[in-house]
Amino acid sequence: MTVASKDVGMMTMIENGNEVKRTCCSSNSGCGSSEILVEYAGNEKWIQGVINTPKGVVPVVSTQLNFSDILGSWKARWGVNRMNYKINPGLYAVGTPDNESPVLVTANYKSTFDSLRKELADINTWILVLDTKGINVWCAAGKGTFGTKELLTRISCTKLHEIVTQRTLILPQLGAPGLSAHEASRQTGFQVVYGPVRAKDIKEFIRRDMTATPEMRTVKFTTYDRLVLTPIELVEAIKVSIIAFGILFLLNLIVTIPFGLDDFYAYVGALIIGCVITPVLLPWIPGRAFAWKGWLLGFIWAVVVNLINGWPQLPSYSLVRAIGYLLVLSSISSFYAMNFTGASTYTSSSGVIKEMKIAVPIIIITVSLGMLLILLNSFMGI
Amino acid sequence: MKNRYLKDVSTLILNTEKCTGCGRCIEVCPHHVFSIKERKAEILDKDGCMECGACAKNCPLNAIEVKQGVGCAYAVIMGWITRSEPSCDCSGGNDSGCC
Repeated sequence: MTVASKDVGMMTMIENGNEVKRTCCSSNSGCGSSEILVEYAGNEKWIQGVINTPKGVVPVVSTQLNFSDILGSWKARWGVNRMNYKINPGLYAVGTPDNESPVLVTANYKSTFDSLRKELADINTWILVLDTKGINVWCAAGKGTFGTKELLTRISCTKLHEIVTQRTLILPQLGAPGLSAHEASRQTGFQVVYGPVRAKDIKEFIRRDMTATPEMRTVKFTTYDRLVLTPIELVEAIKVSIIAFGILFLLNLIVTIPFGLDDFYAYVGALIIGCVITPVLLPWIPGRAFAWKGWLLGFIWAVVVNLINGWPQLPSYSLVRAIGYLLVLSSISSFYAMNFTGASTYTSSSGVIKEMKIAVPIIIITVSLGMLLILLNSFMGI
Repeated sequence: MKNRYLKDVSTLILNTEKCTGCGRCIEVCPHHVFSIKERKAEILDKDGCMECGACAKNCPLNAIEVKQGVGCAYAVIMGWITRSEPSCDCSGGNDSGCC
């Protein structure tokens, strides 16, 4: 399911009970539904006021995040309203920009927009927000929604040529997979300059006459960066797990040795290892393939689970089940660790395919075999 | 510690003949894969390449080739299931966090 773009042309003046302020309504064919500079709900807390331009009124945004902005970002991180956390595309102002002020281009995922505006205190600038369907700059560039076509559309819809006389656009560097700077410059009439990777370096970048240091140009993936990406992995994994719990519950009605708390914590532990622990410890775990890293920690966890249960001296269950745990738990961790490739900032498509061609068959075989052993134990007590 | 991914997998190719040493690739690359040597770009760290495609797209001389793609296992699985190219399309309800 792709999030449908909001058809602004069909929008009435009242949306969700709030007055929707339209700032410019002159017609311009080619813009489709977006014949306005930007529209916004009158009660948005992050909009402080408006600024007049030759082509209409533009909302001025705050450079401080309030509680609801921070809460909104955290909700998105935990998967709540994640695919619909976006703002209307168009032109916004920070401070009191004029026709010579810089224009920063960004995506309409609200967390992206927030992380940009909070770094712009005390400067006067325009922000051109592209319609990336609520997706961040880098991912949208990979998909092509942050690209030349959308840039052209948004420039035309906001009448940017008539609002600013300077002819430079600052795009985030991570937008580069989505467009060609030379092509976009030729087509838009604006010189396209790539700014730093991180919004926090924007002011320094502008101060340095739009040059970035190698440091500003490098993508990092710190422990904190990885940690904040783990909640969504966990949430999605738990959603799938509910089905597994349902199946185990039904099996419990017919098996000799029912599934219990031991199985529950063993499974949840394997999940947390794959979705959280492996991502956080990523660079310190030996090896390179994500599936391998997850498998290693998952295997250690399975050994720990068996030891807690008194294996090998006084096992509360058989050797068959113990081996079953070794096979299943390590594979679960491996699978979820492998899934984290998508959240990482350094895995290549070719690399992921290579690792999966090896890992996926192994995971399928070991999980099947492990489950078979556990079920043999559950049903027949061996 | 630096994150490093698999060795010898990147499809990155630089055609030095065409290169004029403008440095655009160095500017857009998020992982310092390129450097300039004697007014020509050279690949300094091919294993650092994540095939994002920024360099190839932004090279004014089309001197760089790379199979642009998403390094996302979930996208690859969906690609296998739907028999299409893996695409970073996490917009679905079953999204794995790749975007």
